[in-house]
Amino acid sequence: MNTKRLMALLGPFVGLLFVVILFGALEPSFLSTRNLMTVAIQTVIVGLGAIGMTFVIVSGGIDLSIGSVIALASVVTALSARAGLPTPVAVMAGVTAGGLCGALNGWLVTRLSIVPFIVTLGMMGVARGVAKWLSAEQTVTPSPEASDALALLASKTATSPGIWITILLAVLMALVLKRTVFGVHTYALGSNEDTARLCGVPVERTKVWIYTLCGIFGGLGGVMTFARLSVGDPTTAIGKELDVIAAVVIGGASLSGGKGSILGSMVGALLMAALANGCNLTGVPNFVQEILIGSIIVAAVAVDRVRSSRR
Amino acid sequence: MSGVEKRFGGVVALGGVDLELRSGEVHALLGENGAGKSTLMKVLSGAITPDGGECRLRGELYAPTGPVEALESGVAMIYQELNLAPELSVGQNILLGREPRGAFGWIDSAEAEEKVSRALAALGGGELSADSLVRDLGPGQRQLVEIARALVEEAQVIVLDEPTSSLSAEDTERLFDVVRTLTKRGVAVIYISHFLEEVRQIGERFTVLRDGVTVGSGVVSETSMDELVTLMAGRSLDEFYPHVPHEAGEVLLELDELSGEKLPRRASLSLRRGEILGIAGLVGAGRTELMRALFALDPVRSGEVRIGGELASAKSPRARLEQGVGLLSEDRKGEGLALDLDLATNVTLSHMSPCSSWGWIHPAQRAAAVKPWIERLGIRCTGPSQRTGDLSGGNQQKVALARLLHHDVDVLLLDEPTRGVDVAAKVEVYRVIGELAAAGKAVLIVSSYLPELFGICDRLCVMHRGVLGAQRLVSDWTEAEVMTEATRGAEVVKA
Repeated sequence: MNTKRLMALLGPFVGLLFVVILFGALEPSFLSTRNLMTVAIQTVIVGLGAIGMTFVIVSGGIDLSIGSVIALASVVTALSARAGLPTPVAVMAGVTAGGLCGALNGWLVTRLSIVPFIVTLGMMGVARGVAKWLSAEQTVTPSPEASDALALLASKTATSPGIWITILLAVLMALVLKRTVFGVHTYALGSNEDTARLCGVPVERTKVWIYTLCGIFGGLGGVMTFARLSVGDPTTAIGKELDVIAAVVIGGASLSGGKGSILGSMVGALLMAALANGCNLTGVPNFVQEILIGSIIVAAVAVDRVRSSRR
Repeated sequence: MSGVEKRFGGVVALGGVDLELRSGEVHALLGENGAGKSTLMKVLSGAITPDGGECRLRGELYAPTGPVEALESGVAMIYQELNLAPELSVGQNILLGREPRGAFGWIDSAEAEEKVSRALAALGGGELSADSLVRDLGPGQRQLVEIARALVEEAQVIVLDEPTSSLSAEDTERLFDVVRTLTKRGVAVIYISHFLEEVRQIGERFTVLRDGVTVGSGVVSETSMDELVTLMAGRSLDEFYPHVPHEAGEVLLELDELSGEKLPRRASLSLRRGEILGIAGLVGAGRTELMRALFALDPVRSGEVRIGGELASAKSPRARLEQGVGLLSEDRKGEGLALDLDLATNVTLSHMSPCSSWGWIHPAQRAAAVKPWIERLGIRCTGPSQRTGDLSGGNQQKVALARLLHHDVDVLLLDEPTRGVDVAAKVEVYRVIGELAAAGKAVLIVSSYLPELFGICDRLCVMHRGVLGAQRLVSDWTEAEVMTEATRGAEVVKA
């Protein structure tokens, strides 16, 4: 079983390795420490989102609102900082805003039994709109001291807190997904919701927590976005939800639920960041990047299909 | 087919199978799950290639490379899980993938209509309309649509894999009529079934497989049930319902006029510790609905449930489980098990506290908690971490049962506990049920298989159109009485 699990992760790993070797050969500076740190920093936002999204997708759901939630959280963090609140409080405010969006998603999915696709499609619009409303449709620039304190998170050094926080959270949440009752319930929901209900799994409560968790990670992504840009931007992360979903799917999760892992999703996020960075370095035009990433998503799922049909 | 062999890696799935099929006959293929029936049928349909032996069709070497080629040679498979598009009409389903094409790829509707009506007529008639949507059909009629699909291609050999497992008695009769019509036209039918009674009814000759080898064949009417069971399982009918002595204690579960949204209607019963109560009835009588309402899976409109003498209301299955009531679902694949997940998860899903603390699971403790059940129930698997969906049907059912045992519920609601389970596994399930009663548990069983209810229950009652009849000792019933009450209701019986 463990070898089987490793095999499932092999595909994305091989893909990542291939991309790294390819660009390393084409452009030696790709492998410089500085550039690798850049890749890692660029992975952070999608990576954080992908942690939360993995829970949602494993449970058989989807969250299309995460891009908008990232923008909203970045605006809320920036506004809090501009209002003179201490940095940790501003961070908490951003994360809480994300968590509230997620909780509302979960509540609507369970109470009104509307499919997650529709609920989160609605939230995608609402959260974006609220972000623009709060910021009066402008970027929010707090005092330099406040943004400098957070910019440290996104520094490109080996001690960059942003990277280490992401790695730490990924490890923690991987354990939560595999080794806690909550995690097993998440898999059970995605594998067969009726069975979960039959077995007394608190289906509604678990779902609300799953979407809240995803919102919280969206909020963290928003804080990181603010740290990188030094401003709260209501128009940031447009379409980011699709990058996040793509990372999770490349990492071996199934949109029909019951399958997926945090490690896989992280590899998926790294693969996309490495590809984007490598293309930029080697001067490959943007449209080629988009074609490549699109192809990789389909190829990843195709490889997975072929493998599972051989079982 | 002679000397057909197939190996998967080191596992010998077929070790030399001989089967002779004559045109115009119904040939019963018997064997427990894992005996090699499915593999043999895959060879026949071209889904896999045998490693040895050969198949001949009308004297000619027959080695199809896929289902399409098999169908073109006149061999059609009708699987347990039906493959129909519910939103399309009967006619569209019958021709699906083989629509007669006219100019520019338009469907030649005149020819299509003709083909469909010819296929439907070959079924012997009448009741199926080419225009009705498959969504609106019952399982029996859907089966007929599948067979009509095979007839469009003028199939000479039709393989029916467990065709009646989800059919009511009436639909089964109708299916048999169709099978007889087909054989009169010279079609040969291979009939795979677990129900020996059915095989006696419809089969002419039989072949028994055990461990991938043909262990016997002959004429059904010249062979006793006992002999068939012995061939299949290597055990005799007397050992079929192992008697585990148990004694009824105090009343544990009482239903007082429990009504669901539609069914059941004011069902009352009482069940003691150490007692096995069976509910017979036709499919659709409301037996499953009773179980579901009792387990709080479906809404209850009125009525009371008392457990241990105290009123026990419940809003969710979770609450019922806490009250010590567990349900084994009749729909193993759709509801009973999370097939993608491993065995350990499925067994412990309802009750993880013994192998976790503060919400964190201890994998070693969990495996240790599951292993005794694997051994006691004889679940054939590679270990607690095997994917449940990879097990055979009988072993899956044991996993579902193991969950109730692991949860250690006091009241077991077992809905069709032996559906799709092979003979040997059935005996194991019966033994476990007996042992549960001996341990002071209360067991309520719904089953459509009467001999089983007579074999293991202490008391028996019948449900007819949502109304639950009186519970009487098994010795006070005859099978005929049960059938009469099941088809016509209790009042008629009294009168």
